[in-house]
Amino acid sequence: MYSEELVVGWACRKVNRPVKWTSDRTEAFLADAHGRDHVAHAEMAMDKNGKFLAMRVNTTANLGAYLSTFATMVPSYLYAFLLAGQYSTPLIYSEVKAVFTNTAPVDAARGAGRPEATFLLERLVDVCAEDMGLDPAEIRRRNFIPVDAFPYQTPVVQCYDSGDYNAALDKALALADYEGFAGRAEEAKSRGKCRGIGLSSYVEACGIAPSAAVGQLGAGVGLWESAQVRFNPTGNVQVFTGTHSHGQGHETTFAQLVTEQLGVPIENIEVIHGDTSKTQFGMGTYGSRSLAVGGVAIAKACEKLIEKGKKIAAHALEAAEGDIEFADGNFAIAGTDKAMNIAEVAFNAYVPHSYPEGLEPGFDENAFFDPMNFSFPAGTHICEVEVDPDTGVVEIVKYSAVDDFGKLINPMIVEGQVHGGIVHGVGQALLEGCQYDSDGQLITASYMDYAMPRADNVPSFDVDYAPTNPPHNPLGVKGCGEAGAIGAPPAVINAISNALGIKHIDMPATPENVWRAAQTATS
Amino acid sequence: MYNFSYQKVSSIADAVDAIQKAEDGKFVAGGQTMLPTMKHRLASPSDVIDLGGIDELKGISVDGDTVTIGAMTTHAEVAASSDVQGAIPALANLAGNIGDPAVRNRGTLGGSIANNDPAADYPAAVIGLGATVKTNKREISGDEFFTGMFETALEDDEVITAVLFPKADASAYMKFENPASRYAIVGVFVASSGGAVKVGVTGATACAHRGMRLEEALNGNFTADAVDGVEIPIEKMNSDIHASAEYRAHLVKVMTKRAVEACS
Ligand SMILES: Cc1cc2nc3c(=O)[nH]c(=O)nc-3n(C[C@H](O)[C@H](O)[C@H](O)COP(=O)(O)OP(=O)(O)OC[C@H]3O[C@@H](n4cnc5c(N)ncnc54)[C@H](O)[C@@H]3O)c2cc1C
Repeated sequence: MYSEELVVGWACRKVNRPVKWTSDRTEAFLADAHGRDHVAHAEMAMDKNGKFLAMRVNTTANLGAYLSTFATMVPSYLYAFLLAGQYSTPLIYSEVKAVFTNTAPVDAARGAGRPEATFLLERLVDVCAEDMGLDPAEIRRRNFIPVDAFPYQTPVVQCYDSGDYNAALDKALALADYEGFAGRAEEAKSRGKCRGIGLSSYVEACGIAPSAAVGQLGAGVGLWESAQVRFNPTGNVQVFTGTHSHGQGHETTFAQLVTEQLGVPIENIEVIHGDTSKTQFGMGTYGSRSLAVGGVAIAKACEKLIEKGKKIAAHALEAAEGDIEFADGNFAIAGTDKAMNIAEVAFNAYVPHSYPEGLEPGFDENAFFDPMNFSFPAGTHICEVEVDPDTGVVEIVKYSAVDDFGKLINPMIVEGQVHGGIVHGVGQALLEGCQYDSDGQLITASYMDYAMPRADNVPSFDVDYAPTNPPHNPLGVKGCGEAGAIGAPPAVINAISNALGIKHIDMPATPENVWRAAQTATS
Repeated sequence: MYNFSYQKVSSIADAVDAIQKAEDGKFVAGGQTMLPTMKHRLASPSDVIDLGGIDELKGISVDGDTVTIGAMTTHAEVAASSDVQGAIPALANLAGNIGDPAVRNRGTLGGSIANNDPAADYPAAVIGLGATVKTNKREISGDEFFTGMFETALEDDEVITAVLFPKADASAYMKFENPASRYAIVGVFVASSGGAVKVGVTGATACAHRGMRLEEALNGNFTADAVDGVEIPIEKMNSDIHASAEYRAHLVKVMTKRAVEACS
C-alpha cells in the first residue's frame, strides 16, 4: 500500500471524477519498496557424521525509513520460521533485530522472507559440507526430514504437512548430470574457465494464510479467499475471484479448474478479476496463494453448484435427490440413462415455472476458503556456472530445478512461473541491488545503473517435478509462484563459491566482486 | 521536458544558419541521447534543428584504403554494410553491438562522437583506427577530436559531415559491458597496420584516449603476452558502482589482450 494510492482516492472524491496516477520510472526507483536487505550470521553445530544438532542465527533486518505494509512480518514470521529448511535440526535459535535506516521502506517481494532464510541456510549447509569433507548432496541427505516423519513439527513454529525431499534431490542430481560434473570442470579448466556446481534444497511456506495464524500475530485481517461461480441461463459461466491476475494466467488455470469440476467447455468460462465494482471481497494475489487458497474457494463454489444442481435435476427428472449422480457435466438418475447436462440445469434454474416451495431459483454460488495450514512447496535446484577468472564474469551454463508443488493444474503455466522465479533469483544473486551514496542519494535510480536480468543472462532451464500430496489442501496444490526466486539465489552463489573454492561472497556477485574473490582465492 | 521549437533542414548551410539564429540551438541526429537528456530536463535547448533531412550526411563509401561514413548513418546501417564488413569488420561488429535494435536504428555515428559519452563505443574506433572527423569547416584528427567528458573540439555551429576510417591490416574491438546499461565499462579497439599498432580505449577515463603504453609494448611484439608487463596508471580511471578504478585498469589490459588475440 502506497500513500499515492490513498491520495488518488481522495483526489477522486474531491473532483468527482476518475483520477489516474502513474509514477515515472525514476519515481518508482526512488519510492517503491525495496526487498530483502539482511545482514545475518549463522552457526551450525554438528556431530562427527555431519548431522545437524543446533543452529544459531542472528539477523539484522533493514526496514527502511518508514514501516511498509508487511514491514516486520517479513523478517520474522516469513523468515525465522523457515530456518529449519528441509532439515531435522532439533534446536534452532533465531534473533532478528529490525532497524530503521534512511533507505526506502523494505517490503515483501516474491518470496518475502523465505529467500532470505533459504539463502542463509543453504549457504551454511555448503560451508558445513566443506568443513566436514562431505559432498553437498550427501550432507543434505543425512539431514533431510524423512518422508515418514510428516506431518513434521519444526522447532520454529511451522508444521510441514508433506514432502519427499530425497525424491526431489535424486531427480535433480540426475537432471543436472551431477556425476558428470568433474569431467565438465576439467574441460572448462582447459579453456581457462572455473566451473562450479551449486545445490539449493529449499522449502517455503505459502498458500498464505490461515487466518488464525495471522490473527495470533496481531494482524488485523483474515487471509481467506473468495469466489463466485455464476451460470448464465445459456450455460456460460462467469467466475469471479478475489485474487488478481497480472500475468499469472489465472484466466486459464481457473477456467480449467471449473471445466474439470463442472464439465463445462473451457471456452464457455470467463474469469473476472481485479474490478472491485464487479467482484466480491478478496485478499489478492501474493504469497503463492491464488490457486492454493483462491482456487479452493472456486472449487467450493462449484461443489455448492453441484449440490444445488442435484436438487434441480431431481425436480425436473422427477426423481429423489439422493438418486441423482453428477459426473462429466451430467446430472443423471443412478442406473438409468435419464440425465440433464449442467447447461440444461442452469436454464431450468432461471425458468422455474413449476418450482415447489423451498427450491430456490438461480444457479449462482459463493464460497470462501480459509486454509488450515500454510502449504510447503519444496525442491532442489542445481546451478552450474563458468567463471572467467580474468574478468569475474559468471555465466550460468546449466540450471536444473525439481520442485514439489503438489498437483499441477496447468503444467505450462507452472513452468513459466518457475522460469520467471529463477530469473528473479538470478537477478538477486548476480545483478540487482539498490545503492545509495554517502549523502543518501539513490544512485541506482534508472535502468542505466540498476541491472535487471535479461534473457541472455540465463540458459534454458531443465525443469521437472517430484510432487507429494498436501493433505489439508482440497485441490492437492501447493503454490508455485515464488519457489524459483527462493531456490535460485543460493544455488547460484553456491556454484560460484564451488568454482572459486571460496567460503563467502556477497550478493549481487557482480563481475568486480567475483574478480576480487578469484584474486584472493588464487593468491 | 521544456518547450522548444523544432526545425527540419535540408542542407548544411540551412542547419548552420538556423543554429546561428537560435538563442540556444542544438542539432539533433538520432535523438537517442538528446531526447532522454531533454526529457530528464538536463538540457533545454530553445531550438532543435533536425539533421535528418540532409542527404549529403548519409551513406557509406569505400575509396582505396579509406572507408567514409556519413555522420547521419545509423549504427544498424554500419553493422549491416557489406562495405564496412569487408573493409573493417571490427567496425561493423562494434556498431552491431551498440545498445539495442531500437537504438541502432535511430542512433548515428555523428551523434555518438559529437556526444562523446565516456562509455560510448565509436570513439575507441575513431582513435584506434586513426580516423579523421570531417566537418563543414575542417578536418580534425581522431586524436584531437575528443577533448574531455562529453566535450569535443567542435564549435557550436560546426556540423560533423563524415568520418574517414583508414583500413587496417588487422583490427578488433573488445567491449566489457556494463551489466545494467550495456555501454562499455571498458572498450579497447586495437588496429595493426604496416607493423604500427594503435590502441583506442573507451570507458576507462573521462573520455576515449589512445593507450600509449599499450601501443609501445605492442609495437614490435604484437602478442597478448606483450601486454602483461604494461603498467596502467589508475589515477585517471573512472570509478563508479559498477567498476572501481583498479578493476577498470585491470580490464583495460584484459580487453587489450583479447583484442590482440582476435587480430591474429
Ligand atoms: C538504451 C540506450 C543504449 C545505448 N547503448 C549504447 C552503447 O552500448 N554504446 C554506445 O556507444 N552508445 C550507446 N547509446 C547511445 C547511442 O549510441 C546514441 O545514438 C548516440 O550516443 C547519439 O547518437 P544520436 O544520433 O542519437 O545523437 P543525438 O542524440 O541526436 O545527438 C547527440 C548529440 O550530438 C550532437 N550531434 C548529432 N549529430 C551531430 C552532427 N552531425 N554534428 C554535430 N553535432 C551533432 C547533438 O547536437 C547532440 O548534442 C545508447 C543509447 C540508448 C538510448
